[in-house]
Amino acid sequence: MRPRGPYKVFRVVALVVVVLSLTAPLLWMIAASFKTNVDIYDTGKALAFSPTLDNYATVLQQANYVQFIGNSLWVALAATVASLILGVPAAYSMSRFNMRKSALVVLMARVIPGVSLLVPWYYVFSNLKMVGGFGVLILSHMFVSLPLIVYIMMGYFDGLPEELEEAALVDGLTHIGAFRRITLPLSVPGVATAGILSFIFSWNNFMFALVLSDAHTKTLPVAIFDFVGYASIDWGGLMAAATVVTLPIMVIALFVQKYVVSGLTAGATKG
Amino acid sequence: MSTVTTPTRAAGGVGVMPDTPGWARWANAHRKWLFAAPAMAFVAVLIVFPLAWTGYLSLTDAEGSVRAESEFVGFRNYLDVLSDTDRFWPAVGRTATFTLAALLFEVVLGMAIALLLWRPFKGEKWVRVAILMPLVATPVAVGMMWRLIFDPNIGLANQVLGWIGIGPQPWLAGQHTALPTTIFIDVWQWTPMVVLILLAGLTSLSDEPQEAALIDGASTWQRFRHVTLPLLMPTVLVAILLRGIDALKTFDILYATKGRGGGSFHEVETLNVYAYGLSFDYNEYGVSSTVLILFFLIIIGSMWALTARRKEAQR
Repeated sequence: MRPRGPYKVFRVVALVVVVLSLTAPLLWMIAASFKTNVDIYDTGKALAFSPTLDNYATVLQQANYVQFIGNSLWVALAATVASLILGVPAAYSMSRFNMRKSALVVLMARVIPGVSLLVPWYYVFSNLKMVGGFGVLILSHMFVSLPLIVYIMMGYFDGLPEELEEAALVDGLTHIGAFRRITLPLSVPGVATAGILSFIFSWNNFMFALVLSDAHTKTLPVAIFDFVGYASIDWGGLMAAATVVTLPIMVIALFVQKYVVSGLTAGATKG
Repeated sequence: MSTVTTPTRAAGGVGVMPDTPGWARWANAHRKWLFAAPAMAFVAVLIVFPLAWTGYLSLTDAEGSVRAESEFVGFRNYLDVLSDTDRFWPAVGRTATFTLAALLFEVVLGMAIALLLWRPFKGEKWVRVAILMPLVATPVAVGMMWRLIFDPNIGLANQVLGWIGIGPQPWLAGQHTALPTTIFIDVWQWTPMVVLILLAGLTSLSDEPQEAALIDGASTWQRFRHVTLPLLMPTVLVAILLRGIDALKTFDILYATKGRGGGSFHEVETLNVYAYGLSFDYNEYGVSSTVLILFFLIIIGSMWALTARRKEAQR
């Protein structure tokens, strides 16, 4: 059933409109990051401007963004790896032993408003003098990563036939051996999907770092606010900072598009 | 074979060899909980316990410093919050408006775009890339991006309106236009999520019902209304559920565009923004916990209603 006639024309026009409305704002942000503030304020120079790298120099040198990029990378990677170590075996158990109630407890984390956890965390961790350290940040980001990983991996393990493991048992592997040597290697695409999504969500997370980080440990989404002054905004610097935060993640998503899509839609089409 | 497997079975079933050391035997026998326990413990310590504490704090007058003494006050906070028509109920209203409006636009637009993308076409790959971009972009950065575009003086939005002869709008800066503008930003960023979910649903539908309807002479609209939509309904409800939960909890773009307290007139102060402000701007931990518990009940209630509706649709 391929579309024909006038619908075909309508479809092309509609698709162009969709693509433009989704990408134009992002391109506008990137363009503004190469403009001087004078050019940003001059609406006549929307497209005809002479590009400058000054904003990026401000962001990377004066605003100390190299460190914040490192913080974001470290927190997102550590939270993702730790969550994979905890989450993948748990998802396996929950899938194979049909532990739906336990799974529901882990998935509750997707529903709970983050603020309701931040208050008790802040209570406990500030008494332990841990607020501002990387440890708390990573723990708090695991709260985002772990449920996501368990959710994606449970669906993945549900789809792996149990017969493969049974065959391995007959061949003399232990249960754990079968998980390690048969199931895990077969689950690499699932683990990749879960890991990539966990990294993206942790990198983009704002609220936890807003409360739990300090001037040295803050992540990029928090550091963006350095460019929003009380009275005025350094628009060029702000757009360069926003681009530095979001462009890497968009480029990664471009290359691993298939995984991102399958992770985002995991479990959406089954009962 | 049987001479080997018989003692093995006696020792603990398939998958445990006679030479397996004791601890490994134990580990294999208890693998169900050995695998699940660390994650469950993490969740218990970091989620269940804090949630219980929030419940306790909501019954106290905790405020000021986290080290200050607090007193048990029973349900006084709940009475105060529920009779607060100044901040609490307007925040409930904004949360409902934001969530329902964003969901409505996202589902209708998402369905339209998913249908456009359904059948294969040239350049499909690039359209899919474009759809993915807003979705993975950092919400705070997205907020800042729209803040520039919607700036009343230098923003692109008013410039474009100027070309077609419409006067400048205050957008985020206006007391009554701020909330609709943030809804627009949410729709821009998250409609692609609905598109991806619905597209996955559409692709999994079989062609036969469509073809049968076509042979029966059904129009395009009739086929959508009476064949595609009913079959896709469970997926639509999943999309509504996932997006709805996140829309209720929206924080990043509201904080990025309007700052603390949802702006100077609390124009975009939803329950989440209100609770955040109570906790970390005013250190009213007791009252904020009360708001959070009520907010949590609202989320659970809406989820429960949707899941019930979904079960009905599947029947």
